[in-house]
Amino acid sequence: MPEAILDIFSYDFLARGLLVGLMVSVCAALLGVTLVLKRFAMIGDGLGHVGFGTLAVATAFGWTPLAVSLPVTILAAFFLLRLSEGGRIKGDAAIALVSASSLAIGIFVVSATTGMNTEVDSYLFGSILTLTREDVVLSVCLCVVVLVLFVVFYNRIFAMTFDESFARASGVPTGLYNSVLAALVAVTIVIGMRMMGALLISSLIIFPALATMQLGRRYLTVTIWSAVLAVFSFLLGYALALAFGTPTGASVVIINLAVFLILYLVTRVLGRG
Amino acid sequence: MTALLTVHDASFAYDGKIAVEGLDFALAAGDYLCVIGENGSGKSTLVGGILGLKQPLCGSIVYEESLKQSQIGYLPQQHFAHGGFPASVLEVVLSGRLGHKGAVPFYTKQDRKLAREALELVGAGALERHWFGGLSGGQRQRVLLARALSTAPDGLRLLILDEPMNGLDPHARADLYARIQRLNSEEHLTVIMVTHDVNTAVHFANRILLLDACQLFYGTPDAFKESESGLDLMRDACGGHCAICGFSHFEEGHRHG
Repeated sequence: MPEAILDIFSYDFLARGLLVGLMVSVCAALLGVTLVLKRFAMIGDGLGHVGFGTLAVATAFGWTPLAVSLPVTILAAFFLLRLSEGGRIKGDAAIALVSASSLAIGIFVVSATTGMNTEVDSYLFGSILTLTREDVVLSVCLCVVVLVLFVVFYNRIFAMTFDESFARASGVPTGLYNSVLAALVAVTIVIGMRMMGALLISSLIIFPALATMQLGRRYLTVTIWSAVLAVFSFLLGYALALAFGTPTGASVVIINLAVFLILYLVTRVLGRG
Repeated sequence: MTALLTVHDASFAYDGKIAVEGLDFALAAGDYLCVIGENGSGKSTLVGGILGLKQPLCGSIVYEESLKQSQIGYLPQQHFAHGGFPASVLEVVLSGRLGHKGAVPFYTKQDRKLAREALELVGAGALERHWFGGLSGGQRQRVLLARALSTAPDGLRLLILDEPMNGLDPHARADLYARIQRLNSEEHLTVIMVTHDVNTAVHFANRILLLDACQLFYGTPDAFKESESGLDLMRDACGGHCAICGFSHFEEGHRHG
């Protein structure tokens, strides 16, 4: 196993996977705390499916995947936000609607053109082989933006997560914040899904937040520990994948699940559940 | 005497349809107004209008010149119990200071001092470091009241409470009513409270506004008790017994009627 870990620095694609994974894990965990508390956690799952649909279409027509996937997934995030704010279609139903439709379009286009090949398979289940230098640059930029946003606007993000009506009445432009958060989630999903897989990417958003919320009693504590836990789980999952040759996405999710279960049991034993 | 707030022939829409129309009333400084009406009668829409979150379709809302937006405290209707939300009491109350922060991203010592004073004012100073999600319903409402007060504890002039008694047991209700009453009488805060509790409203308020997609009644509690709509409402609500003093407003209203 130590040799396998040292291999990371010998192969570019392993180093790219490590960097993108770390950046995406931090972003997903920070954004995830807000999304889980606003009961909008499944947006990651829905946008993952949108991402798959757009990548499948881009592959079928020979377009640059990110050039298609990024704008369409960001638009889908705004659309989901608007649908759920409108009140006629609730958030969970809106996500299911967009999610299933995108998956169906993706599968339909793939079947009618290239058929299920390894590239399409890697979009569904994830692969570090698909990551490019462009992904690394984009993920580092995304991480910087998300970290700056959370440091500078932390108090406003807390206020609108805790009580959006009050935040709006206090002059916080909640619509703008929601839109920025939705766009950042969409970019995180698009970058992360190629490594984690469209079917597993939402776990990076949900698991760290849920795990730290088992013990954390302050928003600041939960936010910081969520990011720390996400990094820890990713590193362990990545090492597991390298050591045993298992898929990266699934390995990271399994470690996240194990961490969640341990913290869940600890809270029950301590009587804090 | 100049009115603190004048609503002149105003109408508001919700979701593209007219929610409430024909609103016409004025509040003086120190008034305690209870807004009552069925669900969907336009109470919360009116609150949104007073807070400046909704623009009237027609008519106007005029504030006294010296009243600033930051001098209005607000306790929104609680749609969920905040159960499990990871926040300390101080974090929650501090968020009331946001309206004053402008572009400044962090809270100062002064913000923390004002937040702690607001907690003391509602008798929740000892809860500062507690987990908000672990508090009882009554304690949570007191903390949220402190958040509303912390917006400008020295200069707060108008306190708007949207159904603050929802989900509270009788003891917690009585406690919260008493605290709001003290804020009105001792701190000279003008209070607007949206409530379904008509019998207790007439006990504490000095102005009643009854809505049903339009303004059915506006006036003093005594006039309300003698009005036809007031009599009907109080008769329907627990035989007209005030939840605080047990006095039957219905009998008095019936005698006058």
